[in-house]
Parts: sequence; structure tokens; C-alpha cells
Amino acid sequence: MIKVRIPTPLRRLTGGKGEVDLEGTSIAALINTLDIEFPGMKERLCDEEGAVRRFVNIYVNEEDIRFHQGLETPVTEGDEVSIIPAIAGG
Amino acid sequence: MAFTEEQLVRYSRHIILSEVGGKGQKKIGKARVLVIGAGGLGSPIALYLAAAGIGKMGIIDADTVDLTNLQRQIVHHTKDVGRPKVDSAAEKIKDLNPDVEVVTYQKYLDAENALEIYADYDYVIDGTDNFPAKFLINDAAFFSKKPLIHGGILRFDGQLFTIIPGESACYRCIFPELPPQGIVPSCQEAGVLGALAGLIGTLQATEVIKLILGIGNPLTNRILTYHGLETLFREIKIKKSPDCPLCGSNPSITELTMPVQEVCDFNPLEAEKKDQ
Repeated sequence: MIKVRIPTPLRRLTGGKGEVDLEGTSIAALINTLDIEFPGMKERLCDEEGAVRRFVNIYVNEEDIRFHQGLETPVTEGDEVSIIPAIAGG
Repeated sequence: MAFTEEQLVRYSRHIILSEVGGKGQKKIGKARVLVIGAGGLGSPIALYLAAAGIGKMGIIDADTVDLTNLQRQIVHHTKDVGRPKVDSAAEKIKDLNPDVEVVTYQKYLDAENALEIYADYDYVIDGTDNFPAKFLINDAAFFSKKPLIHGGILRFDGQLFTIIPGESACYRCIFPELPPQGIVPSCQEAGVLGALAGLIGTLQATEVIKLILGIGNPLTNRILTYHGLETLFREIKIKKSPDCPLCGSNPSITELTMPVQEVCDFNPLEAEKKDQ
């Protein structure tokens, strides 16, 4: 299982859950699974072309997927995925 | 300039720290810090910097104090409702520490005034509550080469990091573009726990004091996130991006302009109401 941490602005989709455990072999696969379990998740994370939105950052074990293989970045058992959006409140 | 006897006593708990000492306290007394936004984050930032004896503090905010602000904006009191926030904040700062020179700007930071205002300060702290301001503050810090402490809060969570322009990752290295309006809810829409503003703002004040003193490890190239419901801090490593539209090797932003937030048809709050 891969632990995916859900950021505050998206927790309304997960019924308030801050972490979910999912099966998957890549970030793209995890996002698809997330969207099946919590409909609406994908359109919040990805644009119409399927690319990660530019104000969303996804990290595998605290490393930015942009510096790895983007959505094709592989994930394996025990990995932790964090989604960090910009937040503006002050 | 030597300390007066009163100053020696006032700052004695700083001076006794070997990392600060009289020398460090003098650095604090000479430092010029611009606090942008006199709200939830700006309140503890302004109060702790004032207490620390910062030399000169600029405070910029166009708003007046509203009753809804008092749940978290602790520099403002009930009697201040209706007053300009900068006046209310300046009064508290002066009450707390008359050593501090306070300059108030009752206006919004914009592309025309930002660089001119920044020119009078050594450090900038972001305590604003909206994306156009946060991107503008970052861009202006890059063009004027001023270190910036970024902070943001929402509901029970907060994040902050330090930006040394040209050296460490900037806000646009991580978030190249503004989210369209309505994608990320604001505190007004989604709420924020009052004490969270105190926590993140106080961390921002701590980080700027470390920069002034030149001690410890700055919060650069890492985002510190705080998750209030879990009582958990996390650190995410970030890198200066070669593709950054501002500080990358082939920048598309070559002069300061007001960042525009596009309106998005897709409103997550509305969408969620339908989901429920």
C-alpha cells in the first residue's frame, strides 16, 4: 500500500480524511485510483490535458516528482506521497 | 551606539543568549523589516519583532479592522474596529516598544509601489491573505534581492519557507502560476483556527530574526508544513527550478507586473456542495 496525504483544500472530498492508503505503481495510477474512490480528485489535481496543475506539487517521499519522471514516477510498497497546494490565507 | 540601561534590561534575555549577545541585539536594532499585511500572520510577526527591538518596521495594509478579524488578529483590539489596521498595529507596537521606528502604509502593495517601498527595508515578511499579493511579494523580492519569509494558513494547516532571491527556491519555483480564482478556498470561505495564525506568524518572525543574526540554518529549500489536527510538522525538500518563470535560466517574467488571477468556471466549493 502507498500512503497518500491529502491536503486541507481537498479533504472535503475524502470526508475529512488526511491520509488514504492506495494500491498503485505510479503517480498517474494513484491519481486514477484516488479519483475512483473520491470522485472529483483528478480534475482538481490535473488539467484538461492530464498534466499536474501548475499550482499543485506532488512529492514521493518528500522528493518533487517534477525532478523525477513526473506522473510516470514509480511508487512502491511503503512509499509516501504528499500533495502540496499553494495556500493563500493570512 | 551603546545601549541605554533600560535597553540592557529590556533585551537582557536576548543578550544572555550566546548566539545573540550584545552584538546580535545591535544587529536586531539596526534591521529594517517590511511586514506586508497586518492581519492573522502580520499580528504576531509585528508584535514579536517589536518586542525583539527591531530597528525599523514597515507595515502595509489598506484595510480597516473588522469584527471578524479579532478572532485571530491579535494586534487589533475590540476598540479598534473601524480603524485603519496600520494605525491600530502601529499604536500597539509603540506601546510595546518605543525603540521601534514604525512606518505605516495604508495602501495595497502593487507593481507600481512595491520596489520603492522594498528599497527602504532589508527583509520582507509575507502576511497577506491572497494569491495575487503572495506572487507579487515574491516577484518584488526577486527584483529587489530582498530575503522573504513566505507564510500561508488555511483551516488547521499552515506552511512557510524562506526565500533568498537568486540563491534558494522561490515561490514561483514551487508554484509557477497562480491558481485560478475559486480553486483554493480562502480563510473567509473555508475558515481558519485563530491560534494557527499565531503559530505560523511566530515561526516567520523567528526565521527573520535568525537571518538578521546570521545564526542557525535558514528555512530555505524546504517547506515546513504544520498540520494542526494531527499536531504534526512536516518538511518537504524543494529546489530552485531551472524552469522557474522568475528566477530560472530562461525567465518569462522580466519586470514587475501585478499577477492576474484567472477566473475559473470550476468552483470546488460549489462542486462539493453538489457532491454532498
